Amino acid sequence: MKKFIAILTMLLTFIPMMARDNEEVDVQGIIFGHLKDSYEWHVFSTNSRDYIIDLPVILYSKVSGWHFFMSDKLEENGSYDGFHISDEGAFAGKLVETLPDGTELKPLDLSLTKVALGVIINCLLLCIIIMCTGRWYRNHKETDAAPRGFVGLIEYVVAMIVDDVIKPSIGKDYRRYAPLLLTMFFFILLSNIMGLIPIFPAGANVTGNIAVTLFLALITFFTVNIFGNREYWKEILWPDVPIFLKAPLPLLPLIELVGIFTKPFALTVRLFANITAGHCIILALTCVIFITANMGPVIGTTMTGVSLFFMIFMNCLELLVAYIQAYVFTMLSAVFIGLSRQEHDGEKKKEITNN
Amino acid sequence: MDLLIPEVGTLIWMLIAAGIVFFILVKWGFPMITDMVDRRSDYIDKSLDAAKKANERLAGIEKECNDLLKETKAERARILKDASDRRDEIVADAQQRAREEGEKIISEAREQIRQEKDEVLRGLRRQVAELSCQVAERVLRDQLGTGDGQIEMIERMIDDAEKGV
Repeated sequence: MKKFIAILTMLLTFIPMMARDNEEVDVQGIIFGHLKDSYEWHVFSTNSRDYIIDLPVILYSKVSGWHFFMSDKLEENGSYDGFHISDEGAFAGKLVETLPDGTELKPLDLSLTKVALGVIINCLLLCIIIMCTGRWYRNHKETDAAPRGFVGLIEYVVAMIVDDVIKPSIGKDYRRYAPLLLTMFFFILLSNIMGLIPIFPAGANVTGNIAVTLFLALITFFTVNIFGNREYWKEILWPDVPIFLKAPLPLLPLIELVGIFTKPFALTVRLFANITAGHCIILALTCVIFITANMGPVIGTTMTGVSLFFMIFMNCLELLVAYIQAYVFTMLSAVFIGLSRQEHDGEKKKEITNN
Repeated sequence: MDLLIPEVGTLIWMLIAAGIVFFILVKWGFPMITDMVDRRSDYIDKSLDAAKKANERLAGIEKECNDLLKETKAERARILKDASDRRDEIVADAQQRAREEGEKIISEAREQIRQEKDEVLRGLRRQVAELSCQVAERVLRDQLGTGDGQIEMIERMIDDAEKGV
């Protein structure tokens, strides 16, 4: 323990010393650089060079057609083949094409960016994890003892989500939706945790990207509206309220129709905002070390200790948030699906009394 | 603000990668796990039920055993009682028979004694008769030594015979 404290103290003094080389700390740049998508995967830097994984850039421009090149071509000045990374405006940080007349045009950007690669890595990892778990089930019968170790953990989580979230929210035909909701839960959980691990192949801010959360919310949106039953549509278009609320001015149907779209929107923003906020705080706390390093050794060392303590605390909190947000997303999706599968009130009452 | 605008390219990559993986997992991955969990919980329910039934049967068997034991004990008591009854009977019978036998022997002995006594008596009587005959002979011989005496005798005897007719 004494040794550990000694090493920690040394590190706490040493790190600010190292950091002092940098004159100015661009906090905003660091934070947004991590939160935003990028065309390359920056792994880490030493004083002499950056270690970067180059990713393919795929562009389709209406003017000049398809373009395909690796991201290292962009490195020198951020421009290649008539394209450059925009600094400001609506397309800041994205590749835009400069037309001969000087105007900027945003091409269709199908680049395999950091987030896209992160999605692929997470998907593969999830597939491997679940399929390896599934192999255990292929080789065992239900009369065998329950699995232990990793398979047991996965099974425990699966059973918990099914019993605590999916079954109570959806009701009797929960079996149909359980695999989809479980997949969403595990994808979000895995992506959240992978986002917290700072080094490649983890580290892409997947669930903190609004396109990803939007895609997940769209799955819920389509599941709800495609498989919604008559009762669901009746509740939206002709709800059980006094007649003046729905005719001649369809006040309530209008609200309900808007509600169809606000639900997935809320899902999208909730997950995105929670993860982004968590990453923001952790990165800001990290930056504290480098900012205070220029204020002298005493302040630097003290603030490094404080920041380190808060970083550990925030990382633990973020682990919790990673789970909670996956849980909440799954639960709300299950509730929305459950609402779209509700039986008629009379039948429901009968069911309750039967139970 | 550009953080809040979803990028089309990311959406498309997400659609491809996540779409494939979601399809695989929804179709084959998770049903395997949830099915097994369901089957196992069914199996556990059934096993619990079976165990409950087995317990009940065990209790029934125990009760049956006890009943059987009780019955056996009663049977044993009954058999013992029977045996003792029978023993008493046999003993009594034997005693009875011995008594009868004894009586018979005694009575036979008595009969024999009586017969022997009769015989002795008869022999005694005969001897007495012979003796008295001999005595009478002697007396008669003395009295009938003269002729007068003989005629008197004959006459008296005729008289007696006439009176008797």
